[in-house]
Amino acid sequence: MAAKATTPAKAGAPSGAAAATAGRSAETRRRRLVAAAFLLPALVLLGALVVHPIGYSLYRSFFDRTGDTFVGGGNYGEILHDDSIRTALKNTALWVVLAPTTATALGLIFAVLTERVRWGTAFKLLVFMPMAISMLAAGIIFRLVYDHDPDRGVANAVWVGVHDTFAESSAFPKARPGRDSPLVPAAGADAGGYTTRDPVRAGVPVLLPLVGVAPEDLPSGTRTARAAPAEPGKVTGTAWQDFTRGGGGRTNAVDPSESGLAGIRVEAVKDGRVVDSATARADGTFTLSAKADGARLRLPASNFREAYAGVEWLGPTLVTPAVIGAYVWMWAGFAMVLIGAGLAAVPRELLEAARVDGANEWQVFRRVTVPLLAPLLVVVLVTLVINVMKIFDLVFVIAPGSVQDDANVLALQLYRTSFGTDADPGLGSAIAVLLLVLVLPVMLYNIRRLRKEGAR
Amino acid sequence: MSAAAQARPEARTGARPAARAGSRAGRLAAGAAAGAVRVFLVLAALFWLMPALGLLISSFLSPTDLNRGGWWQALTAPTRLTADNYERLLADDTITGALLSTVAIAVPATLLVVGLGSLAGYAFAWLEFPGRDWLFLIVVGLLVVPVQVALIPVSELFGAIGLFETTAGVVLFHTAFGLPFAVFLLRNFFAEIPRELLEAARLDGAGELRLFARVVLPLGGPAIASLAIFQFLWVWNDMLVALVFADSANPPITVALQQQVRQFGNNIDVLAPGAFLSMVVPLVVFFAFQRQFVSGVMAGAVK
Repeated sequence: MAAKATTPAKAGAPSGAAAATAGRSAETRRRRLVAAAFLLPALVLLGALVVHPIGYSLYRSFFDRTGDTFVGGGNYGEILHDDSIRTALKNTALWVVLAPTTATALGLIFAVLTERVRWGTAFKLLVFMPMAISMLAAGIIFRLVYDHDPDRGVANAVWVGVHDTFAESSAFPKARPGRDSPLVPAAGADAGGYTTRDPVRAGVPVLLPLVGVAPEDLPSGTRTARAAPAEPGKVTGTAWQDFTRGGGGRTNAVDPSESGLAGIRVEAVKDGRVVDSATARADGTFTLSAKADGARLRLPASNFREAYAGVEWLGPTLVTPAVIGAYVWMWAGFAMVLIGAGLAAVPRELLEAARVDGANEWQVFRRVTVPLLAPLLVVVLVTLVINVMKIFDLVFVIAPGSVQDDANVLALQLYRTSFGTDADPGLGSAIAVLLLVLVLPVMLYNIRRLRKEGAR
Repeated sequence: MSAAAQARPEARTGARPAARAGSRAGRLAAGAAAGAVRVFLVLAALFWLMPALGLLISSFLSPTDLNRGGWWQALTAPTRLTADNYERLLADDTITGALLSTVAIAVPATLLVVGLGSLAGYAFAWLEFPGRDWLFLIVVGLLVVPVQVALIPVSELFGAIGLFETTAGVVLFHTAFGLPFAVFLLRNFFAEIPRELLEAARLDGAGELRLFARVVLPLGGPAIASLAIFQFLWVWNDMLVALVFADSANPPITVALQQQVRQFGNNIDVLAPGAFLSMVVPLVVFFAFQRQFVSGVMAGAVK
């Protein structure tokens, strides 16, 4: 990346020692003409399409949307006051803080660790590959990843899967007591569940009939319900789907073809406290200890909660971190490759010396590798910061229309202000100038670095 | 620069401290650490693979199957995979037309940047003229100018001279914004050419243009290749410039697909294969010219 500027000295001095002054000036003029011919096409394009726009944007930013009325700093004032631009500024700040650091940290970790496995090169290739594709394609890829429907978006599929593994999922969201049921809706803290009307007695089988569960929604492994036999000293019972397909079933009785509610949770509640609990077997039967004698049985609300729908990744609160995730997916490879190149240049003897001195791998990494790479890490970070300040495509594509206000960033705001139905080129130009000012320090740094190297 | 090339056996084994410690516990610990590293990298690789793989598989599923469940259904029922979506898409002019538009923009924009950039790079490296160093510093300063700054002014300019919503306009815009990097890269590369080579050619009576074409360009091959690949992918993948300047009746692939994203959910059977068609060329270029791409990206980091 460094500009190895070996300033070429005076090129092609005329070989004839006795060249006349007139001849020399003609020669100089000819050479300047040649230089101009080589440079002109590039300079004309740069002047017309890069330099002139900078000046014009600055000028235009002092006028209103029609371009006729001078408004002074009015457009810049609006940047600070307009709500959607303030959101854009806030989000851009979040981007600048989160995205480059995450991508660089991951790049560093990957670069160091891939040196230790045989398939490191293949890994690097895989992680670097997203650099080759468009932000639009990456955006579409992640739009699908983040889809809210767990049957479509892999992020929510995994999330819901993990959630349901740890938190018990409810299998009977639509189950409810039928007519003349011994069950009544529970009150108070357990609203949403159902309790028995009367206390239960040990040795008297309890019936807990429910209706409203579609046959295909019954948990796998469900068997035909069985009336629980009485057991002395224990409270037994059956929780089942009190509905015979095709009709003919008796209310509040376990008929031959009715299904047990396998896995439904049953609690015995005495004076507001849960004294015992059980989970129904595949045939719907359950057994509680003698402690349940005299208690009311409760089917807690957790049995009937709607299925967990996962996280709204592209909702108003999470959309910016989600898009940043997609960005890191694209750009961690960039950091990794640059850092990997720097790592290859670190003298092996230094690392070996540290190891011989008894440093463990973490200490070698922390005390030797990272300090040696520090200048490179700064370059990578700065590069990513510039890149992130101009981020547009990813946000534009991933954030659904309804949350684009929440996901707004400066470059997106600039586009929407400048080219929408009610475009305001004055305000748009002010945002453009703001963007330019943000990258100005890097511009000056590049120029200074080059001058220093030129002077060497 | 060639990072991957250097094989370092001692770094590969990862069992270095154990060998030193010699103890059984040390070996076990090192083995566990190496195992942890491997597990972590495998997980990371899955993490990186999954998003793109999901869209790729989706592009091979029928709309009915896509409505029925996630793309992972194909892992257990691979027979559901079908190329129908691609067939339908390729039979439709919109997407093929958009791909052609992209080619019509990316190829000239690359050639122009390489051509104009190497001419100017040579002038900055080897020709004498007043203000050379200052001009070059300005060009370097322009490296980081965001394209966003030019959107409004250039659309007004193009509107005035009839280039708005034309392929030529998009090409010129990309060329202009590719030039600072091109000039910077090539000037530095050309400056490394041994003076004697150029002197000898001049003594043989070669003019500057001939010298440029016969000596400088061939020697600049590697840098020019990096630049060309970098610029080509940059333009191919661009969406913003095309959104503003391209002919909306005949947009490049990125814009054509972007217009479909609004109905995301109902049209994955169009978006998924479309996105992959748009990625074919960049990925082929990436795999064919990895080395040049990497050095282009590294040099172009500042952009």
